[in-house]
Amino acid sequence: MEIPYTVTARPDTGLWNAKVGIWLFLASEVMLFGGLFSAYIFLRLDAEPGYWPHGLLNVPVGTFNTAVLIFSSVTVVLAWASLKMRRYSRYRVYMAITILCGVIFLVVKLGYEWPQKYDHFGAYLKTSSLEKYERYLGNKHLLAEGLPPRVEITGHLHNEAALDDPKIKEYEVGLDVVYTDPTDPKMDRPHFFFVPPTEHVATIEKADVERATMFLPTHNNYFATYFTITGLHGLHVLGGVIVFTYLFFFGGITYRQNPEHLANRVEVAGLFWHFVDLVWIFVFPLFYLL
Amino acid sequence: MNNPPTTEPVDHETEHYAHDVSNHVRGYLLVGATLLVCTGLTVFLSYVNFGSQKANIAVAMVLATFKAGLVAYIFMHLSAEKKLIYRVLVFTGIFVFALFWLTYLAWYDPITH
Repeated sequence: MEIPYTVTARPDTGLWNAKVGIWLFLASEVMLFGGLFSAYIFLRLDAEPGYWPHGLLNVPVGTFNTAVLIFSSVTVVLAWASLKMRRYSRYRVYMAITILCGVIFLVVKLGYEWPQKYDHFGAYLKTSSLEKYERYLGNKHLLAEGLPPRVEITGHLHNEAALDDPKIKEYEVGLDVVYTDPTDPKMDRPHFFFVPPTEHVATIEKADVERATMFLPTHNNYFATYFTITGLHGLHVLGGVIVFTYLFFFGGITYRQNPEHLANRVEVAGLFWHFVDLVWIFVFPLFYLL
Repeated sequence: MNNPPTTEPVDHETEHYAHDVSNHVRGYLLVGATLLVCTGLTVFLSYVNFGSQKANIAVAMVLATFKAGLVAYIFMHLSAEKKLIYRVLVFTGIFVFALFWLTYLAWYDPITH
């Protein structure tokens, strides 16, 4: 059975069918991501001062990934334009670059950024214990500057067994740089470049800790929304890469039958890809910068 | 149901159309460059203190909306699309507005305020 109106426009809509289909799908996607962004806004606005962390993500890496995604948006539209100009070999080049960009994005996200978080530790202190750790927190300085307090100590956990072993009564944490000199004004705002945890080890008694985990979705609302939204976005990138790979390897068959049909397929896949880029344009500042 | 006869353009039509698309290519490259510059600007401005966190968020969101608008208008061809697509998007916009309005109401809580 031949699928109707894959190339020419349907008289009543003025559009070929797949185009209507992809836009209806994207409308539902807007609501899907809209719901998650709504959850982000709600959780962030309701967070107590100091409980919405800043500067925990690697900004240069996030910027790089944003640039990669934008670049891939350009190459996919150029792949489509090449088909419209009946330049198939050029289309293949642009499509290959687009696939490569998608893979780079996923490798950076899943192979570098996420594992770096799993390896990072944070301990939220009880309100009654904040004074005891003032030398690491610098809250008097922050109060004087009108900035939100620090309620968590983060860094590299040296005794990981402490997470599960109730007999171990304290955490030994190689401190993130901000806690080594907390009253230095340079520490008031997040660093642009990633600074690894220092050799300065602090001992934090479990009795003073409200909750402590590695940077997993369960750590706090920030990481719960971060992993959910970037995870779902990553799945979309993966879906796009799979479709583009199919079009790269098997597009020739369609092209030989009707080049315009392949151009339309690439346009539909491209619309999806641009939407994925569009979502990331909001994800990047909300999680990495603000 | 079968497709209507394929409307494969004849050579001179293809040539004319190809020329038209090639003109758009420069626009796509320009938009791509603008988006990259805006990304750099977003990062730079996030380290500028605008007086409050809310002001910094507002600046970043204005830039993000501008970038998203460029992607939608140029890359997704919304600058010249059929009416049906705009209708779909108007409804989407209404639902998104309602979603964020509800979020705002839940946070602001007008009954107790």
